[in-house]
Amino acid sequence: MTLSDPRGTVEDVPPAIEADGLVKRFGATTALAGASLAAAEGTVLGVLGPNGAGKTTATRVLATLLAPDEGRATVGGYDVVTEPHRVRSLIGLTGQYAGVDEALTGTENLVLIARLLGQPRPAARARAAELLEQFGLTDAAGRAARTYSGGMRRRLDLAASLVGRPRILFLDEPTTGLDPASRNELWDMVRSLVGGGVTVLLTTQYLDEADQLADDIVVIDRGTVVATGTPDELKARAGAAVLQMRPAHGEQLEVVRRVAGELAGATPTVEHGTVAVPAADEALMPAVVRRLDYVGVRLAELTLRRATLDEVFLALTGHRAVDVATADQTDVRETA
Amino acid sequence: MTLDRTVPRDPATAPAPSPPASRRATPAQWASQSVTMAWRSIVQIKHNPSELLDLSIQPIMFVLLFTFVFGGAIGGSTDAYLQFSLGGLIAQNALFLTIYTATGLATDLQKGTFDRFRSLPIARSAPLSGRILGDVLRQLWSLVVLLVVGVVLGFRITTSPLAVLGAFGLLVAFTLAFSWTSVLLGVLARDPEKVQIYGFTVLFPLTFASNAFAPTQTMPGWLQAWVSINPVSRMADALRGLLVGGPVAANAIATLLWGAAFAAVFGPLAVWALRTRV
Repeated sequence: MTLSDPRGTVEDVPPAIEADGLVKRFGATTALAGASLAAAEGTVLGVLGPNGAGKTTATRVLATLLAPDEGRATVGGYDVVTEPHRVRSLIGLTGQYAGVDEALTGTENLVLIARLLGQPRPAARARAAELLEQFGLTDAAGRAARTYSGGMRRRLDLAASLVGRPRILFLDEPTTGLDPASRNELWDMVRSLVGGGVTVLLTTQYLDEADQLADDIVVIDRGTVVATGTPDELKARAGAAVLQMRPAHGEQLEVVRRVAGELAGATPTVEHGTVAVPAADEALMPAVVRRLDYVGVRLAELTLRRATLDEVFLALTGHRAVDVATADQTDVRETA
Repeated sequence: MTLDRTVPRDPATAPAPSPPASRRATPAQWASQSVTMAWRSIVQIKHNPSELLDLSIQPIMFVLLFTFVFGGAIGGSTDAYLQFSLGGLIAQNALFLTIYTATGLATDLQKGTFDRFRSLPIARSAPLSGRILGDVLRQLWSLVVLLVVGVVLGFRITTSPLAVLGAFGLLVAFTLAFSWTSVLLGVLARDPEKVQIYGFTVLFPLTFASNAFAPTQTMPGWLQAWVSINPVSRMADALRGLLVGGPVAANAIATLLWGAAFAAVFGPLAVWALRTRV
């Protein structure tokens, strides 16, 4: 797989993260079925997929926590299987479950990591203070992490993964369970990190999160990569535009659905009294308007807009990201 | 919180210019990382006073209860019973404390802390060795508490300081080896609360079906047969020998052989369980 680097340096710089044909099975469950991906240095790669798609497994393989059954992967140029220690010296990991020690204070958590990385005690304390300051945790520095809110815990966890100044950062669903304000804060932090030259691999099941942060997106479903590209490319792939219609009278929804489907040659979706259909042809809108006028349907709303990533996901995988996430509660971690 | 996005390189998070290129941790690094991990396991006590209660109050309570409730009935007098029972109480307490290794490990595995450690460029065994080192320090603290309380209540050490050191050594050696059962339990249980239940379900019968608290003469024959080989009995006897006199060598050797057997069986099992646990 190749990725077009926005700065055009793809020939000179090898990808910071590269995986080729990763397979990982847990008993009868195949968590990864030949996944390949690559992230250019200094960019954010968004790994997008529903629960159980294999995102966490892929992250754990790349972060050297799990050996793949097949395929190979390099991080920072080092093989994750044969040179895991070197990979670990380059990476930071923030998992789905905040890996902070809840019995320790914020300062102690960060000093612990710094000391483990071989920093002398004064340097470790200074590093901890610096990170706590940056993540707005100075006031809570002396409190046990178990007293922290969910957002504070995530921030401490992210700070802990940055103690060693990693060049490559793995964020496994970093905003799952966070309120919108905390999520925005975390997004800002990721942007600031990338501004500083860090490469980030971020897994998410939120399409807007990938849209907001990622330079490139890998859509993963049932252990395989079903699409790759920039957010714009992916949206273009699934039909550049979507025609959205809301009849003035709710009982005419079915008529609108039938007409739109017939003229577009695609299956429309109906949600909140609105019919949406991919508009591959610009002649679709006038045709729909004429036909609806002819059959006596008045529209309260008519919009031609770009496809959302949610619709992209539907077009690429044949099912909605959200539906799968709720229907299939089996997380890869749990089946493992 | 302020994040200045106009500054391209934040000094707090900018990546390190040149990473260390070592293939693995050196033995000196392993030792230092283990000490750091042990510090972590000890400093937790500061924020969790109930653990200090477990480490100090519980052994004191056991000594007081056994001495004053059962002492007269079993040993004829509380004084005589204390001379007999303190070795057993020390052995029992030491086994109970190994549960900390399991609960701590299960917590780390459950909370994702273990993953964080495994993603760091540190020795693979440092999280485990550090935890066990921390638990040895707990053992020593608890042993000192028991001896001091015992002496206050009238326990007389009639041997040499060297023999007392020998008792410390034997206790640490056996509990280190026995900790492997606890490591396996911690990995398999996945839940710190289950660890407590499983642990005490095994440890209560193991420590009480021994000669730790009562002489064996009045027990049924089948129980006597078990009690005479029970590692808790052998360690209790060895500790008695080392603290108040009596045969030591055979009991100490039996204790160490039991320890070696525990380590040989549960060590590889625990390492295997830890490796296969995702």
